[in-house]
Amino acid sequence: MTTLEDRIVGLVKETSSSIPEDVAAALRSALRRERKGSSAAAVLRTILDNCEAARRGGVPLCQDTGSLLFVVDSRLRRKVTPALLSRAVARATALGYLRKNTIDAVTGASLDDNVAPGAPVVRYADCGEGSPARERGVTLLMKGGGSENMSRQYSLPDESLGAGRDLDGVRKCVLDAVVRAQGFGCAPGILGVCVGGDRATGFEVAKEQLLRPLGDSAATAPLRALEKLVLRQANSLGIGPMGLGGKTTLLGVNIASRTRVPASFFVTVAYMCWACRRRTLLIEP
Amino acid sequence: MKKLEYPFVEKAVRQLKAGDVVSISGRIYTGRDRLHGHVARGGSLPVDFRDGALYHCGPVVVCDGAGYAVRAAGPTTSVRENPYEPDFIAKSGVRIIIGKGGMDGRTLAAMKRFGCVYVQAVGGAGALYARSVRKVAGVSMLEEFGAAEAVWHFDVEDFRGVVAMDASGVSLFDGVASESRRIFNHLITQLPNHLTT
Repeated sequence: MTTLEDRIVGLVKETSSSIPEDVAAALRSALRRERKGSSAAAVLRTILDNCEAARRGGVPLCQDTGSLLFVVDSRLRRKVTPALLSRAVARATALGYLRKNTIDAVTGASLDDNVAPGAPVVRYADCGEGSPARERGVTLLMKGGGSENMSRQYSLPDESLGAGRDLDGVRKCVLDAVVRAQGFGCAPGILGVCVGGDRATGFEVAKEQLLRPLGDSAATAPLRALEKLVLRQANSLGIGPMGLGGKTTLLGVNIASRTRVPASFFVTVAYMCWACRRRTLLIEP
Repeated sequence: MKKLEYPFVEKAVRQLKAGDVVSISGRIYTGRDRLHGHVARGGSLPVDFRDGALYHCGPVVVCDGAGYAVRAAGPTTSVRENPYEPDFIAKSGVRIIIGKGGMDGRTLAAMKRFGCVYVQAVGGAGALYARSVRKVAGVSMLEEFGAAEAVWHFDVEDFRGVVAMDASGVSLFDGVASESRRIFNHLITQLPNHLTT
């Protein structure tokens, strides 16, 4: 009999070894856009071949299996507990679906099972529009360290960028994050952006935007316009796949906003690599 | 696509240009932080890198009784080896360095002087590169460095990458970084007439 824990282990395996269909489609259309024989086209071809090899072999598509974020529909709170998720993560690690990827920050020791206080991260949210729990069930996001190192937070006004406290200031911050990242976050990347919030919620909400599919539009018209504009302008920078030049620097930009206090105006950018591993296991409450 | 086969002779390596897509076959050796530290402290080279390739990679290798099997073998970030690489190139005679993210101007100068190129592998493509490893022919320094840092002897077939730094002193990374910054400066000084708040 398949237990719920088995199904979570399966979710980890699937998430680790297969790229979401919307990301694969964006990579394929990027390949069509790039010049034949260019380094950008070669990199994208390699990425797509890698995704296929990982899917067929049921092996991690990237050896950095990342930090794990589980978002659980709050109606499943009593069924899908942090303890259950931790057990599933430990089993998935033993089975090789996850690398031993969790380091004690003080001693430098590597943990055997990827389980520790706060790891994996588990968040419960009411399912619905604008919520990180978009569907009824358990969603897993795996985010690698190379891309996480490229995430940034800005405080407006930012004099060095000439960025004021308005959406154009936000645009400048986001483009700055892209130009600083170059190819180091394993471009083409995907951005989750939070406009406003405090420092902590800024990073939280920005990362949650990576759970939205590519092409999903922001809640309000000004943010929708900003998403389109930033994507277009970022792709005009010429950074390209892995920073070797090309037309595809980003695959998508998802922006959300939170209220702020009068004294603060944060812009937070979560940079995700092309290997945007996210998947939902549907579970009836 | 340019096919390169071990041994990688100087003449062929010097003909490669930044931007060339290459397919590498034959022997390559992995080596990262521990190997570079060891050599910088005067340690001997564990294998003969002459006319060979060094891969910045900490693979996931399992021993399954029949021998070693490579599960994931994507590139690791190369900048950490910047302080050691010029001397390593001079000492070892290596012709191809494979990694991700590129290396600094001192390394580029050493590549020009000794005839070596940097090939960018695709970050994240661990599954595909593992498949290009046809055979693990051996391993050096396994006990001393541990599995992720050991010098693995891989026999690869059709290992794909892009020449990002060539032996004439051209680095794709430098060109892309300066051009993207130029465009960025233009974009952020434009009047904000395209957005309303």
